[in-house]
Amino acid sequence: MQRLGEKYQSVEAFGWAARDSSGHLSPFVFSRRETGEEEVRVKVLYCGLCHSDLHCLKNEWHSSIYPLVPGHEIVGEVTEIGRKVSKFSIGDKIGVGCIVDSCRACESCREDQENYCTKSVATYNGVHYDGTVNYGGYSDHIVVDERYAVKIPHTLPLASAAPLLCAGISMYSPMKYFGLAGPGKHIGIVGLGGLGHIGVRFAKAFGSKVTVVSSTAGKSKDALEIFGADGFLVSTDEDQMQAAMGTMDGIIDTVSASHPILPLIGLLKPSGKLVLLGATEKPFDLHAFSLILGRKSIAGSAIGGIKETQEMINFAAEHGIKAEIETISMEYVNTAMDRLAKGDVRYRFVIDIANTLAVTRS
Amino acid sequence: MAKSPETEHPNKAFGWAAKDKSGVLSPFHFSRRDNGDNDVTVKILYCGVCHTDLHTIKNDWGFSYYPVVPGHEIVGIATKVGKNVTKFREGDRVGVGVITGSCQSCESCNQDLENYCPQMSFTYNSIGSDGTKTYGGYSESIVVDQRFVLQFPEGLPSDSGAPLLCAGITVYSPMKYYGMTEPGKHLGVAGLGGLGHVAVKIGKAFGLKVTVISSSPSKEDEAINRLGADSFLVSSDPQKMKAAIGTMDYIIDTVSAVHALFPLLGLLKVNGKLVTLGLPEKPLELPIFPLVLGRKMVGGSDIGGMKETQEMLEFCAKHNITADIELIKMDEINTAMERLAKSDVRYRFVIDVANSLSPP
Repeated sequence: MQRLGEKYQSVEAFGWAARDSSGHLSPFVFSRRETGEEEVRVKVLYCGLCHSDLHCLKNEWHSSIYPLVPGHEIVGEVTEIGRKVSKFSIGDKIGVGCIVDSCRACESCREDQENYCTKSVATYNGVHYDGTVNYGGYSDHIVVDERYAVKIPHTLPLASAAPLLCAGISMYSPMKYFGLAGPGKHIGIVGLGGLGHIGVRFAKAFGSKVTVVSSTAGKSKDALEIFGADGFLVSTDEDQMQAAMGTMDGIIDTVSASHPILPLIGLLKPSGKLVLLGATEKPFDLHAFSLILGRKSIAGSAIGGIKETQEMINFAAEHGIKAEIETISMEYVNTAMDRLAKGDVRYRFVIDIANTLAVTRS
Repeated sequence: MAKSPETEHPNKAFGWAAKDKSGVLSPFHFSRRDNGDNDVTVKILYCGVCHTDLHTIKNDWGFSYYPVVPGHEIVGIATKVGKNVTKFREGDRVGVGVITGSCQSCESCNQDLENYCPQMSFTYNSIGSDGTKTYGGYSESIVVDQRFVLQFPEGLPSDSGAPLLCAGITVYSPMKYYGMTEPGKHLGVAGLGGLGHVAVKIGKAFGLKVTVISSSPSKEDEAINRLGADSFLVSSDPQKMKAAIGTMDYIIDTVSAVHALFPLLGLLKVNGKLVTLGLPEKPLELPIFPLVLGRKMVGGSDIGGMKETQEMLEFCAKHNITADIELIKMDEINTAMERLAKSDVRYRFVIDVANSLSPP
């Protein structure tokens, strides 16, 4: 059934979608548009599972449009290019992240910060300018304007590169922007999940000293031995937190659930910065003294622009940074979502789309 | 047995103090230390009345140690200088601001950020470096380590320049630190009181476009015609606030009462910065979504270091920036405090100490 605006969606596509806020995913046949002049068609090879996918599937942000095909950590191969495409050739391995379009004219777009364009279009569950709803990377292919895709260098293993497209850039961008990347800096990373673990690897590659702050004492071993963190603080241990007060230049907080922020401000040195990535609906009780005494600040950050995403991918390739992943089949995705909801993943699920999606089509 | 304020130090002193959290100020006899080798003794001419003085005498923050002699916007004349003092001579016009002690050896102190030293002590209601309680500028004179004394530039009047020692540096420092000084950028100043009105003047001196954001429509005429603001936004007018969404690069929030941050954050452009300077007794609600979706920042700031305070005074002297003041006598202070509590002052009370403080 074609909706208004879908008259150009003439190429059949197959993926998995949720039909309602139960979030349960199952096979879904749909269609995508023909490749435009400045667009590329990408055969999806891998797609990472982001916690945002879970929030969206369950309609936790009250803006989900069903059927919903999630997925914005997409790595694939170019199979077709529009006649004006200059960035890519057929056969290139490319990545598509969280946004697939923006207004291209505002100050944010002009400064390569498409992620802050108020009219940016999300890779999935976003409404395109022609009125069609976007379907994401849990599918066999995607069509995207070349401007919003990045090249994956051949030295980066594809499956473990996929999470960089969202988790990676979400950590890389604030570290650079807030001046936390570099020797002599001590960064705290709150939460050792999909974002946190990649953040530790980036921070170490920048030469920063890294302390992981987590409520899960059991993650200490991985933090120190696998990811190379310099220290690990159990956030519920008052003595540990007290001893670490005033020691960090900056903190990147990846935790999206509501949690106490005042102790994190206490960990900052004077002039320290707390960067929040998880947007909770409930506002935070700000004790003005906590920021004023010590000239501290709290800021937010959301992914990064496309140019910066490419820079991040190149940096990752240069330093051998990849996500720590559990590769799964398309069929496993509902189980994976249940496990993700419980934080039971070390540390990102990635769907092997190329090898396991087609077979689910009956 | 603990010494009384009168006998604690060798030299008799006189001022006005609050004895309890009623905050009522009255004559008070105490004592000051001898002028040490590193000290400057200042005969006080004028002292500004800061909202912090009011918070402290009422014990709003719960750490007032009575009796409290407030006052940290002090201008006076150096009457004695210790033998190690090189920066000042007797007869110099000098200023003393919010802090009069720090460890002088930590990372913050070494970066001229004495205001962030963990052992920093305040001009009043604090334990000073000698372990005794500090008493502030609502008094005849004060003895201060030279590091915490400022040269008052020629051309800067003593009375209307006094509030710069707290209000001035409190807005100048974050404007410099958070990069709110690019000419042509748009600064919002929330709250038009002691800090706000100075922020408008300093903002204009930096070449910024300045909009005052205030809940009092009656302040518009003054804001624009007397203080030089470019525009005025009534924060309680939803339509006007909506029209101004995403138009400001920076906001200096001077409002001392609890207030909503969400509308102010909405006024900021992407990457915009809001500096919060007010110290309400209760927490403010900070919404997270606007920060994340627009990479916006809320930061705090606490006065400034001594070097920067001197720089600020020179800047203000150069640009003829002074506070708009109402000069009062010492015995009018309680009425002034009541009026300050209602924001009934344009825009800072300054006590004419030398001419009105006399021991009974």
